[in-house]
Amino acid sequence: MNSSVRRVAVLGGVRIPFARQNGPYANASNQDMLTATLDALVEKFSLERETLGEVVAGAVLKHSRDFNLTREAVLGTRLDPATPAYDVQQACGTGLEAAILIANKIALHQIDAGIAAGVDTTSDAPIAINEDLRRLLLDLNRSRSNAERLRVITKVRPQQIVPELPRNAEPRTGLSMGEHAAIMARDWGLTREEQDELALSSHRKLAAAYDAGFLDDLVIPFLGLERDQNLRPDTTMEKLAQLKPVFGGEDGTMTAGNSTPLSDGASAVLLASEDWATKRGPPVQAYLTDAQTAAVDHVHRREGLLMAPTYAVPKLLERNQLSLQDFDFYEIHEAFASQVLCTLKAWEDPVYCRERLELEEPLGPIDRDKLNVHGGSLAAGHPFGATGGRIIAGLAKALADDTHGSRRGLISICAAGGLGVTAILEKP
Amino acid sequence: MSDRYRQLANTPIGRMVTKQVGLPAPVELERYQPGQPVISGPVLLGAAPHSRLAAPATAVLAAIGAEAHTALDDEARGAAAEARLDAAVFNPQAAPEDERFKALVFDASGIGSSEALREAWAFLHPTIRRVRRSGRVIVLATTPEECGEFPAAIAQRALEGLVRSVAKEVGRGATAQLIYVAPGAEDAIDSTLRFFLSPKSAYVSGQVVRVGSPKALPEKIDWERPLAGKVALVTGAARGIGESISEVLARDGAHVVGVDLPARSAELEALTSRLGGSSLELDVTDHAAPEELAAHLLAAHNGVDVVVHNAGVTRDKTLGRMSEEQWSAVIDTNLTAPQHIDRELFARKAVRENGSVVCVSSIGGIAGNAGQTNYATSKAGVIGIIEAFSSTLAKLGVTLNAVAPGFVETGMTAAMPVARREAARRMNSLAQGGLPIDVAETIAWLANPASAGVTRNVVRVCGQSLIGA
Ligand SMILES: NC(=O)c1ccc[n+]([C@@H]2O[C@H](COP(=O)([O-])OP(=O)(O)OC[C@H]3O[C@@H](n4cnc5c(N)ncnc54)[C@H](O)[C@@H]3O)[C@@H](O)[C@H]2O)c1
Repeated sequence: MNSSVRRVAVLGGVRIPFARQNGPYANASNQDMLTATLDALVEKFSLERETLGEVVAGAVLKHSRDFNLTREAVLGTRLDPATPAYDVQQACGTGLEAAILIANKIALHQIDAGIAAGVDTTSDAPIAINEDLRRLLLDLNRSRSNAERLRVITKVRPQQIVPELPRNAEPRTGLSMGEHAAIMARDWGLTREEQDELALSSHRKLAAAYDAGFLDDLVIPFLGLERDQNLRPDTTMEKLAQLKPVFGGEDGTMTAGNSTPLSDGASAVLLASEDWATKRGPPVQAYLTDAQTAAVDHVHRREGLLMAPTYAVPKLLERNQLSLQDFDFYEIHEAFASQVLCTLKAWEDPVYCRERLELEEPLGPIDRDKLNVHGGSLAAGHPFGATGGRIIAGLAKALADDTHGSRRGLISICAAGGLGVTAILEKP
Repeated sequence: MSDRYRQLANTPIGRMVTKQVGLPAPVELERYQPGQPVISGPVLLGAAPHSRLAAPATAVLAAIGAEAHTALDDEARGAAAEARLDAAVFNPQAAPEDERFKALVFDASGIGSSEALREAWAFLHPTIRRVRRSGRVIVLATTPEECGEFPAAIAQRALEGLVRSVAKEVGRGATAQLIYVAPGAEDAIDSTLRFFLSPKSAYVSGQVVRVGSPKALPEKIDWERPLAGKVALVTGAARGIGESISEVLARDGAHVVGVDLPARSAELEALTSRLGGSSLELDVTDHAAPEELAAHLLAAHNGVDVVVHNAGVTRDKTLGRMSEEQWSAVIDTNLTAPQHIDRELFARKAVRENGSVVCVSSIGGIAGNAGQTNYATSKAGVIGIIEAFSSTLAKLGVTLNAVAPGFVETGMTAAMPVARREAARRMNSLAQGGLPIDVAETIAWLANPASAGVTRNVVRVCGQSLIGA
């Protein structure tokens, strides 16, 4: 057994444009989108009939029939059907966690190359039947005689026919993620203006990235969509200011403009050992050098639901002997503008750093010009499982393209359940 | 004795009437109950750049378990982290209107010029209307005489006008105070900050207090019983304010030696036995009284820690009609007796180190009052005692302060003519009379061994009376 640990190369990624809920992808299933995206990656890296070490992917909103979603998608691609696959699910951290799992197997010589992917549809969402009805139907299934069946069927009441739509609510607090983010915004004293400014800059940067051709080989048209449907290149502070608050009550500061919309889409990233990359030809864009997850207690200690990355990053920094300022790119997932702003304020705050993170000194401010340089989720949209792949592919390319001596990028993704997934990408 | 007007003004109809007639609406003031936290409600802390008192202030807030808030970019936030004070974030630009504070604490010690006074405005402007009922505004500053630079001294002195005006504006039973802290006395503010944050200071407002460097601070203090093991002498203890002083000092752990005229022996005896103290019947103007007192304290208690000169009388008459007997009775009781007693106690080294002497003066002594030339003379003289002896006593590690009550609801004020009484009661920022307990709590703060840095102060307990202001 080889006990050394290998460096893990990011060779690149692709995604389909992200669509808004009930938009152009209204009738596309998770499997449709994931298959199309994986196949686009196969095409990009000429992986036809290749047997890869593993494909790992996941979706947050999943039908029970999709228990083997990734394997089924792989069987629909031009990859060799002998390529193993499995599903993961870690809320909005799914895509990045998939990449970490692939990377760790590569690092340990268990596989040489693999694909990390993610997908989500909020349009073709699973609907659960009413819990009472479900029990009755299970009883019915167990019934042995017609008389028994009839007895069970007569127990059905009209109100039991109402289906249960998936809710974007935290099971233990009953609050939606937006409401949780609104509590954070209030706790940190965020203004509407600073949140709108971040949203505006996200749209401007993503629009500029499209215009500069940066996304040409990252985004593959799908079902007639060529750019992210949510992108509004011509939005302004005035337009954003007109939107009514949707979370945090009447005098809340969070709107549809500074929160991500429900979206549909998929992304995939190819990771490999350096040997594999050298043999196969594609240049190494970046190395995935380290990763860290964390969780906060939003239930008993009432911590901010989306603040877990603030805990994960200091651990990454300490292990790698880096300061927060030692990065050239910061990719902080814009679930809500408030999440990004609270995170940045927390890292600058001596009280939070001392009391929560147990740091003697605050991590300090970052150079805002290095934040989400090609736009973020506020502009692109956020199909939960697909965001990690979008960020990894974009950051790896930014590092590869850069000619100004950039070396390192930080990825920070918050997730439901008080989770956070973070990672470091470094230039070869 | 009961304040009918306040009760009436707090009924719905009463509120309507008082509003239309333009009378101040008195608020029922919160008062301290044993076992209560120092402050119940959030505290907003701010500091001007280069301030030096945020650190000791955050240490106090952390120690009392206050729910603290600061602005994110505030100078005080670093101090909060240092003190392990888990302060929440406050941003006036984003905070909803209903976010209110029980206390605003502003460290103005960094203000070095009149231009920089803007910092005080910037802190108070968006927050002053966020002060809750019976709330507190406390400004910490540097004693002007101890500022190195003139512009700083002037700016620090200017804060008096700000705080006294805030006390008049803030309303709803809230108070405002200015605490001057001498350089080097940062660690001595604990008892003072606690007192002014707490409901113990209910009827004290618009005051300027000076905290200097004490000879020594007690190493450890039980804040529930800061006078445990101490002996306190209270003159005029049998009734009124003296009775309340005795109760509060006993609550704080002191053995109270109550003194009053033999004519009041029944009340005095009842009080001191209830408090587990002891009593001494004597007339403080008696020429043998000082000797008798000192001998008793030394024999029974090996000395005394707290001396409260509270016994007092009035003999009101306009000067032209005042007899010599009326003049002398007041001067002898209120002004001469405390001096003789102090002289004897200190000559015999009966007052222990880390002790305190508190004299009860009066607003009348500050402002003067028609019909009270004798009384005002005596009470102004009491302030003279403070000014004359405080530095001598400081060398012995003993503090010397005066409290100057305004209108306090006692038998003395109940005897006033109705119209004068009603006017006297209302003419202050809190629009009501004080209670004996308010004077007593103030004395207990001054008697607290942790108040060793507080000397030569005259603290008015008057709801910021318009008289003599
Ligand atoms: N009540 C107010 O509004 C008010 C305002 C300002 C100052 N003060 C001062 O507060 C102090 C207490 O006032 P009070 O309202 O409780 O008055 P009070 O008359 O109710 O009580 C004074 C007590 O002092 C005692 N006393 C008087 N002469 C004495 C003597 N020669 N020897 C021993 N005991 C003597 C009395 O017997 C009485 O018990 C006094 O110094 C008074 O001047 C009171």
